[in-house]
Amino acid sequence: MDARSEAAKNLTTEVRKSDREIVITRTFNAPARLVFEAWTKPELLMKWWAPKSIGMTFVSCEADVRVGGAYRFVFKHPASPEPAAFFGKYLEVVPPSRLKWTNEEGPEGGQITTVTFEEKDGKTLLTMHDLYPSKAVLDEAIATGSTPGMGESFDQLDAFLAA
Amino acid sequence: MVQYQQPALDLSFAALSDATRRGVLEQLGRADASITELAQKFRMTLTGMKKHVGVLEDAGLVATQKVGRVRTCTLGPRKLEQEAAWLESYRQLWAARFDDLDVVLEDLKHKEKSHGRKK
Repeated sequence: MDARSEAAKNLTTEVRKSDREIVITRTFNAPARLVFEAWTKPELLMKWWAPKSIGMTFVSCEADVRVGGAYRFVFKHPASPEPAAFFGKYLEVVPPSRLKWTNEEGPEGGQITTVTFEEKDGKTLLTMHDLYPSKAVLDEAIATGSTPGMGESFDQLDAFLAA
Repeated sequence: MVQYQQPALDLSFAALSDATRRGVLEQLGRADASITELAQKFRMTLTGMKKHVGVLEDAGLVATQKVGRVRTCTLGPRKLEQEAAWLESYRQLWAARFDDLDVVLEDLKHKEKSHGRKK
């Protein structure tokens, strides 16, 4: 075990910044170009986007990371009989500092996600910003209990995570 | 299809089926307000607003407290719990992803070190 990486675990913070926005931040002990690489290569995305600790597994992962390029992530979770697909397209790709994409799996147009990577002293501050088309859509997601990025097939995940 | 049979959920859906009531929740999400303020904001009579707030209160979406002659409305326990639980599950999902991403990054750093840095 690498003792340093254990000691250096960073906090994930989240805030509902407004009626339509959720912002998540996290610092990584790596330069921005490596963090960006891990967000843009499917073979690397597959190693972390479906965390083992919450029982998710990837079925497939396609990501054509360029402006207008499409992505499609398909996951399985024990709580759901059917795999859930998440898809959309990249709106901005600025290595190694910025990514922006649509989330199109929802019924009425989902959130736009913007991720920025800011490097300082060899570490990278990641800020993920979800902008929903309206307060109603975000409230609806909250009311139905579906977790963004997890889809309705993973409704039971809430209970799983709360347990 | 999921059947919602619990009375509390029925009340919630009934409460949320009205645009004014959704607006009231939106407003209270920003700041507490008196019934008088809400009535003015939504351009309706005090009696009309009292009725809407009553429906929201029955559903647990709004709580009210009377101090002197002013009844102040806040988001109710169900609304706050629901929102907090959802936000927390979302945060936990990303925290779990980021913990796995730490491992990927350690691996990338290690590889870069052993292969020498590409210029």
